[in-house]
Amino acid sequence: MNATPALVILIAAIVTNNILLANFLGMCSFLACSRQIDTALGLGAAVIFVLTCTTVINHVIYHMVLVPWQMEYLQFIVFIAVIAAFVQFVEMFVERFTPVLYYALGIFLPLITVNCAILGASLFMIIRDYTLAQSAGFGLGAGLGWALAIALMAGIRQKMGYSDVPRPFQGVAIAMVVTGVMAMAFMGFAGMVDIQ
Amino acid sequence: MSDSSMNACGLCQGEGLSTLKDGLWHNNPISIQILGICSALAVTTRVINSLVMGAALMFVIVMANLSVSVLRGITPRRIRMIAEVAIIATFVILVDQFLRAFWWEMSLALGPYVGLIITNCIVMGRAEAFALQNPPVLSMVDGLANGLGYGAILVIIGIIRELFGAGTLLGVTVLSPEWYTPNQLMILAPGAFVALGFVIAVFNAINQFRGEDNGS
Repeated sequence: MNATPALVILIAAIVTNNILLANFLGMCSFLACSRQIDTALGLGAAVIFVLTCTTVINHVIYHMVLVPWQMEYLQFIVFIAVIAAFVQFVEMFVERFTPVLYYALGIFLPLITVNCAILGASLFMIIRDYTLAQSAGFGLGAGLGWALAIALMAGIRQKMGYSDVPRPFQGVAIAMVVTGVMAMAFMGFAGMVDIQ
Repeated sequence: MSDSSMNACGLCQGEGLSTLKDGLWHNNPISIQILGICSALAVTTRVINSLVMGAALMFVIVMANLSVSVLRGITPRRIRMIAEVAIIATFVILVDQFLRAFWWEMSLALGPYVGLIITNCIVMGRAEAFALQNPPVLSMVDGLANGLGYGAILVIIGIIRELFGAGTLLGVTVLSPEWYTPNQLMILAPGAFVALGFVIAVFNAINQFRGEDNGS
């Protein structure tokens, strides 16, 4: 059993073990939706919410259903089904009750099902053997870390629109190099807290 | 691409070949379509990991394309996405269980990234964009081509990172520690981002030099 307090896991998941900059999860939507800060913030908020909730739900299902029935090998298919169903449910719920929020977040919700950060967080939670509280902390921290990374990237990319990038590097290539520099900056936090 | 492959099967040979070339170069899943780069970055610290990951993805994508294509006539359109995910997840579970049973160290090294093949956009993308409209054999060729294209980039990045990060290739010392100090940064996360950025830039440069700008 992992003895790290949930709060430490939360902070570590934001800075030292950032799910995007250290574990490379959620790159596709990170590259596709980081051109404008507004979009990045909207998607980031949706990811924080879905990531926290699905990590907790998956934790409960894994330990209450899959482990007692010795069906751990089904975790992939169960987790992805939970994530897809949860996103669908949230979409319907938000559309029905808060149209304002729906127009702000709605378009991002379907994208989230295929965001590997969501499934990845659930798999890390199983591999690292977190308790329920630790899973909640990890889910929230991973979501916050991802949102922080995409918001920073959107800011840099908006500025980068004015710079003269060599032609082969235009588009994704320079974005990857910039992400690398960002990851290097985040490595400055290494040693502060650590989770494995 | 899909237009030409919609033809009747008289040209299967040529189609198969062009499908193969598409996946490997003109429409390479990583360098041109920029799909599935999470695992391309995460598992490429060593060449051997890249090879295994490439092989795992190739198996999943070929089998998933085959199954989706065989079932394309009887899958109701409304639930095709969930059907595709279920098919892909089934094959990913097979790969994961196989690695756990026969190659535990590799299963540990790849960690959650085997499971994450499910959300790898390449597999889903090929099932949706190609296998739903094409006959089984051609779909398998397409899967093979995309798997190979993906694996090739993974191995290239793996070579760059292992060579400069540890001075070895497949565990054999190439750059002698007597005159080369391994650059740990290449093994760590930032090295992965920068290496992939440069690989994509080289692909772009070659395509621009040959005058077929993809405007990516």
